[in-house]
Amino acid sequence: MNLTLQVWRQSGPASDGGLKEYRATDISPDMSFLEMLDVVNERLIEQGDVPIAFDHDCREGICGSCGMMINGVAHGPSRGTATCQLHMRSFRDGDTIVIEPWRARAFPVIKDLVVNRSAFDRIVAAGGFISAPTGSAQDANSIPIPKQDADSAMDAAACIGCGACVAACPNGSASLFTGAKISHLGLLPQGQPERYRRALSMVAQMDIEGFGGCTLFGECQAACPKEISIDVISRMNRDFLRAAVTKPSERVGGGGDG
Amino acid sequence: MTLELNARIPAGPLAGKWDRHRFEMKLVNPANKRKYTIIVVGSGLAGGSAAATLSELGYNVRCYCYQDSPRRAHSIAAQGGINAAKNYQNDGDSIQRLFYDTIKGGDFRAREGNVYRLAQISVNIIDQCVAQGVPFAREYGGLLANRSFGGAQVSRTFYARGQTGQQLLLGAYQALEKEIAKGGVTMFPRAEMLDLIVVNGRARGIVVRDELTGKIEPHLADAVVLATGGYGNVFYLSTNAKGCNATAIWRAYKRGAAFANPCYTQIHPTCIPVAGEHQSKLTLMSESLRNDGRVWVPKRKEDVGKSPTDVPEQDRDYYLERKYPSFGNLSPRDIASRAAKEACDDGRGVGPGGRGVYLDFADAIRRLGEDRIRERYGNLFEMYERITAENPYKVPMRIYPAVHYTMGGLWVDYNLMSTIPGLHVAGEANFSDHGANRLGASALMQGLADGYFVLPLTIGDYLASTKLEQVPPDDPAVRAAVADVERRTSRLLSVKGKRTVAAFHRELGKIMWEYCGMARDAAGLRKAMELIPQLREEFWRDVTIPGSGAELNQTLEHAGRVADFLELGELMCRDALHREESCGGHFRTEHQTPDGEALRDDANFAYVAAWEYAGDGKEPVLNREPLVYENIKLSQRSYK
Repeated sequence: MNLTLQVWRQSGPASDGGLKEYRATDISPDMSFLEMLDVVNERLIEQGDVPIAFDHDCREGICGSCGMMINGVAHGPSRGTATCQLHMRSFRDGDTIVIEPWRARAFPVIKDLVVNRSAFDRIVAAGGFISAPTGSAQDANSIPIPKQDADSAMDAAACIGCGACVAACPNGSASLFTGAKISHLGLLPQGQPERYRRALSMVAQMDIEGFGGCTLFGECQAACPKEISIDVISRMNRDFLRAAVTKPSERVGGGGDG
Repeated sequence: MTLELNARIPAGPLAGKWDRHRFEMKLVNPANKRKYTIIVVGSGLAGGSAAATLSELGYNVRCYCYQDSPRRAHSIAAQGGINAAKNYQNDGDSIQRLFYDTIKGGDFRAREGNVYRLAQISVNIIDQCVAQGVPFAREYGGLLANRSFGGAQVSRTFYARGQTGQQLLLGAYQALEKEIAKGGVTMFPRAEMLDLIVVNGRARGIVVRDELTGKIEPHLADAVVLATGGYGNVFYLSTNAKGCNATAIWRAYKRGAAFANPCYTQIHPTCIPVAGEHQSKLTLMSESLRNDGRVWVPKRKEDVGKSPTDVPEQDRDYYLERKYPSFGNLSPRDIASRAAKEACDDGRGVGPGGRGVYLDFADAIRRLGEDRIRERYGNLFEMYERITAENPYKVPMRIYPAVHYTMGGLWVDYNLMSTIPGLHVAGEANFSDHGANRLGASALMQGLADGYFVLPLTIGDYLASTKLEQVPPDDPAVRAAVADVERRTSRLLSVKGKRTVAAFHRELGKIMWEYCGMARDAAGLRKAMELIPQLREEFWRDVTIPGSGAELNQTLEHAGRVADFLELGELMCRDALHREESCGGHFRTEHQTPDGEALRDDANFAYVAAWEYAGDGKEPVLNREPLVYENIKLSQRSYK
């Protein structure tokens, strides 16, 4: 098949960018979307041009590196599919495809389709963990966890941190990402001690990073390649509200009796 | 000069070695730990868990990854599970049995002491991960569920749907982020290690290129850990992520770290077959599928073009069940892969090009219902359908072997230290625990054992027993290493030839797959050793890399990695040629039993081959570490 691409080119964080047109000819419908870009890039390199930069790694939909707006839709037209798992059979011969980077204040463009998503790491660092230093654990079967809770925790934990939810959200909110981590850990007995503290700190970090507020458009769950439900946002809001009301205070110092 | 390969396996009975060693190792007192800086390269299961744990202990840690976030390391893609000798199923498992299965699975080419420790630690890993919130699969009673993996007759594999690696890595990543927030770990994402800095014979730092600015700088420390994964991408097509590379371990090799058993590569039997020339990587279908899927090809060549549903039961050859009745579809990977190759070589392969076999779930769906199968493997089935546009609930999957894992790696002793003092190597990057073939669900186990439980202790012993001088940033060794990297980078950019990096990489991959893949022979290996240097020479004469070194330049990054693969590939062939036997993943067609199984030569090859760099253009030196078996009897591996 033959396609026309309109690709966002931007040489650096501080430069202006714009759409540039490329022909993608002799594309096999069995290629993945990224393999199609590989073909275009290899031809550019052969001509001595600078290829289109894009993040990618595992190419099996799990590392979360890839992601681009394809005809205005995060990860393109296939539901529950990351860009690397999207195949060209989803398009028709002669199509024009517009490819842009994630657009969000908290994800500045680095180059072409590559954006800076380090804000996600900082949200996790703010509290997206269970403090269990190595060596401190008891036997794994000592706390039974109802299968339903373990399954729901796994549904939320499936997030790959790609950022499609932010890119799809009209407000540029990171609520689906943050809610997914708060739900994953908050559904498990091991996550209870830090549950409310976690909700407060992660939500606070989300605001510091410049993500927008959530007004429940629901675009995020439609774009999520792992089809994480916006129920996780309700859960985050419940935990946050309860935490804000009860304000888990932290005792500083003291303690020891020797 | 030959190296002294002292494996430092503690004396005494097998079961007490690790305990005894832990007591005998020196400790760094808590107040002194913060005076030490440790570099960890790689943020996967081994690197991420090591960095987090070292920081918990109080060390200053600097952790590096080439991806934009430590959460994206390729451990994330591991699907099926992690082994542990918990014996929760009461099916006869024990530490001794996991130890024996692993040694046997590796075709008796791994160290007893290391593997026994791995089996012991396996139980702690599961405890640790559950405490961190890893949502392992559970039964209705709330207890942990298990499944079976190849090479074992017990159910000891813990799993989180088909995303076990993801969940374990997120556990380690979250612990790492916790330590980053506390200030114990400084994280350097989008940073690539391009050389090792050795001062007075000890590893004291690395040279790093910032991928965004192109800046090349030295980073100094008291000890260095490489947890940079395997080198399967030397084959171009593999199940590895596109960025996986051997540069860190190859640079360390060229600075004096011995490279052990480079020819031991694992070809995984169940991957989605190649669809065409454009193929950029191969996708694994988890081994766990062989719990319920049955592998077959038509008995007769005439039937290969038929739709699988039109081939009646009596005309199907369930060849694994036929050849290996006691392990059946759960035979180890090397054996299942070779059997698939034989069936296809025999003209009975299915799908385009005849390079495929069926993995059929019809029986399991009849027995358990589609819902139960969806619950177990739903995400894998969806992935398969997305890639092939075929529905595996209705028609059997088509699968074919693909490069998946490398058992070889930098040589390490029991403390996971390489032949360069202060340079430690963890996870797939080292050679230590899997012998000539890794069993399924053992990579995650080894990565986390190394990172959570072994390295944090053994590095302390190294630091406590070594007097380290301060290294000034302008030390001649530091300046020389930086200058080497700068020279190499500008040399790559200045070739300005005509062929793309990807074209060279594809050609190398074809040579490696053809001559150093699932079956090898002396003539083919010699041929590859002629072709690879020619290709390497052409690369340095005709490669083209647009753009500059002072910006994000993904082609330049790829070029550096391919340049190293072009050297490593030759060493792999050299190692495969010298090992005149078949063992595990290394199958020399000259050495096989009458029924086509790997024929080992224990009298002459029961050793680790540790190759030592001797300078460019010179033949590397072969050093041998004999493998001593005091607790098990070497035998012909049988899964019949």
